[in-house]
Amino acid sequence: MRPIFQTDYDQDIRLMRHRGYWWSYGTLLLLVLLAPFVVGSYLQSQIVFVFIYSIVGVGLLILAGFTGQTSLGHAAFLAIGAYTAGYMQRLGVPFLVYLPLSVILSGAVGALVGFPALRLSGIYLVIATIAFGFIIEEVAARWESVTNGNDGMRVKPIEFFGVTLGREGYGFYYLCLGLLMLVLLLALNILRSPTGRAFVAIRDSEIAARSIGVNLAVYKVVAFSISAAMTGLAGCLYAHKLSFISPEMFTLLLSLEFVIVILIGGIGSLHGAVLGSIFVVMVDPFLGYLKDDVPRTIGKLAQAFGAANAGAIQDTLSAIGGAAGLKGAIYGVIIILFIIFEPYGLYGRWLKIRLYFELFPLYKKATFRRQKTYLKSERNR
Amino acid sequence: MSLLRLDAISLSFGGLTAVDGVSFAVERGEIFTMIGPNGAGKTSIFNMISRFYQPSEGRLFFEDIEITSMPPHQIAELGIARTFQNIELFDNATVLDNLLVGRHRHRTTRIFEDILFLPKVRRAEYADRYRVEEVIEFLDLQKYRDLVIANLPYGVRKVCELARALCTEPKLLLLDEPSSGLNVEETDDMVYWINDIRSEFGITVLMVEHDMTLVNRVSDRVLALNYGHVLALGTPHEVAHDRAVIAAYLGT
Amino acid sequence: MCTALSRGPVPPPGGGSVLLDFIQQVVGGIALGCVYGLIALGFVLIYKATEVVNFAQGDLMMLGGFFAYTFIDQLGLNYWIGFALAVLAMAAFGSLVERAIVRPILGYPQFSIIMVTIGLGFALRAVVGMIWGTDDLRIDTPFSSGVVHIGPLVLAYDKLSVIVATVLLCGGLWIYFNKTRMGIAMQATSQNMLGAYYMGIPVKRVFSLIWAISAAVAGFAGVLLAPIAFIHTNVGFLGLKAFPAAVLGGFGSIPGALAGGLVIGVAETLSGFYLPEGFKDVAAYILLLIVLMVRPEGLFGLHLRKKV
Repeated sequence: MRPIFQTDYDQDIRLMRHRGYWWSYGTLLLLVLLAPFVVGSYLQSQIVFVFIYSIVGVGLLILAGFTGQTSLGHAAFLAIGAYTAGYMQRLGVPFLVYLPLSVILSGAVGALVGFPALRLSGIYLVIATIAFGFIIEEVAARWESVTNGNDGMRVKPIEFFGVTLGREGYGFYYLCLGLLMLVLLLALNILRSPTGRAFVAIRDSEIAARSIGVNLAVYKVVAFSISAAMTGLAGCLYAHKLSFISPEMFTLLLSLEFVIVILIGGIGSLHGAVLGSIFVVMVDPFLGYLKDDVPRTIGKLAQAFGAANAGAIQDTLSAIGGAAGLKGAIYGVIIILFIIFEPYGLYGRWLKIRLYFELFPLYKKATFRRQKTYLKSERNR
Repeated sequence: MSLLRLDAISLSFGGLTAVDGVSFAVERGEIFTMIGPNGAGKTSIFNMISRFYQPSEGRLFFEDIEITSMPPHQIAELGIARTFQNIELFDNATVLDNLLVGRHRHRTTRIFEDILFLPKVRRAEYADRYRVEEVIEFLDLQKYRDLVIANLPYGVRKVCELARALCTEPKLLLLDEPSSGLNVEETDDMVYWINDIRSEFGITVLMVEHDMTLVNRVSDRVLALNYGHVLALGTPHEVAHDRAVIAAYLGT
Repeated sequence: MCTALSRGPVPPPGGGSVLLDFIQQVVGGIALGCVYGLIALGFVLIYKATEVVNFAQGDLMMLGGFFAYTFIDQLGLNYWIGFALAVLAMAAFGSLVERAIVRPILGYPQFSIIMVTIGLGFALRAVVGMIWGTDDLRIDTPFSSGVVHIGPLVLAYDKLSVIVATVLLCGGLWIYFNKTRMGIAMQATSQNMLGAYYMGIPVKRVFSLIWAISAAVAGFAGVLLAPIAFIHTNVGFLGLKAFPAAVLGGFGSIPGALAGGLVIGVAETLSGFYLPEGFKDVAAYILLLIVLMVRPEGLFGLHLRKKV
């Protein structure tokens, strides 16, 4: 472990704290840039979904992770971004105009939601955001002149400067990557600035924040707005990626998926958004793997060991793997296990592993063990 | 002009009267202490000054500006800072981050400038960190600078509360039981710090305190309260010998 | 599925008046409201004792229905015995959930606890679907058919049974919580667990008991609901409507939960009948948002403030 001597304020402020960061993140960036040429088209498509979900994850992290305002209604902001893009495209508005428009419109709605949310906290805020999500879903279904109602809306590929970015093409991949990096940069800027510290202050102690001079109303509304704007951006990309949107895609289940992203990824750091998205997006391919490949491999192994009913084993495993609702069961069990055993999420686990290697062989498991906590009423917070 | 003036302030919760017609004034540069048994209304008065409670009657003036109905975050802008009886630090942040939040009042950058992290934001960060380091040096918090509050002992957290309040560069500092939970050595340090806060930084201090030795060593004037009424107001010596105060609070 | 509850029975020959229609709708709304109220009741019980908001409450109700199906239909037991067994089975299941899943995470931030219950809901739905399949199931109950005539009003037995049973259950719970020491013990554990330990309250037993009661109430609602909405894994989504009910009631009071449920039930049924298409589904949520704007702590809730 390298001791770092602090001689300059910039060492605390700058994004790349020391040279190691340049190496590790640089390598990561290189891998991601080269990925489309190396992996198959299915995986490339999934990585684009990872980018889109990560953008939403960053937005949700800023609101829930750093300002402490839990929202279970972010699918609504995604819908607003997606439908704005689709509708504007239908009207002939160019891409370079409707992309920022979806961002601004989502941000505006986010601010509108933020105002009433000022009076709510804790469980009331969660339920209000759920209600908001349901209402937007219904609006999308009823406002047929704009959204085409339950029939859904076709979204054509992105076109600008005469270039068409098909949703499976390299162009779209790099566009999503670029926008993700932009969003990450903006989020990091917020977090190292006085605004970000004000957000964290609001999360940890509203009373102290107010007595220091933080205007809660302004900062909460701004947090909602920024979070919604980022989600709106992701919505625009989401619409193009799917090329078809309909109201029943933007349900509470989608909002829950976003929350699962930051929960599993780790709620304390922006890395969590990306790690969590990788998990959530990879669940489906993983399930396909479970359904076909794993039973087959186990069946072959059983045969190799001379078991008589290898075929039956393979069939039962295949049946379990193919059962409808297995995805729900896996989600449910993983959420419960993660919260009980890995409260810091995947990023937390990565930090623990890294610490293990840094301190080898002096690593102690107790470093991260939580103190036994007792329930304290949050109603008096 | 007094720095802070309370004019017949009253506070009632439902049927319970916590503060009943209290008036006093705090002059610039003095160290003013409120004493009294628990439930006398001292912290309620603090909460009214920092605007967490709304007085049922009466008016409050700070530098002759009426603050009776001002929102809490504007009080900080005027130059009033406070510490809390049950520590209200930001538990998941480092000491340095807590103190940097204390600089919020002196922000020169707007939110969208922060998002883009323009050079002026960086320059503002340098200035803020310089001032925070001065406070850290004053209160000897160097070795705790990068530690997360949740891991720190109670005595250190109390000092961090004080440090954060100082970072706002207030004109008036409200200290709510600064020595509660501190041992003799830490209380001694607190005495020196409170005196230095007044002499070096020119900050007026309004305290609530139970430790009478601390009160006697530090205060210019003392206000004794009981059941929301003023019992006595004067120098520590006068109040300590006031018969009503002895009967209600100090004993012989 | 909700339409089954809010649709009134066949109007009497000769046509009904506007008032009659209104009353039929209100009664249907009350029945629906009772179901919401029972689920909200389960929420509030758990919240009052452990400050956990159990997002899986609706899914517990669903499980109650499935247990009843197993006892009554698959094992062929008498309806009342099957009912009682289902409720007991749910109580045991609730204890199990508390022991295995909730107890390890008490003291974690509320957000984490909410997500655990959501995860539980996912898992429950999936496992139930795998075990019992995803078709609509039915059980034979004494209330499945038949109506009672009160003057010109025609009220179905299934809805009346929900209302009567809810009233009886709530009466029983009220007696339990107000006439025994458990009620106060439960509030103590939610406000300050460590303090409750010091006072000699058997905290772990209180938690188990409260989850058992809450799950039993949910199961009760599930069995009552069976003749109306059948037994299916999606029944749990009714639980989402119970949230506005609990919030309206203020999350802190048991009569409040029931009252909130009734308000939501009636509002939803009336919007379905009188307002244009689509309002029925969101009526509960719009009402919720309005109430939260006007009175953030709900109709019966207390406005709590932290003392600094």
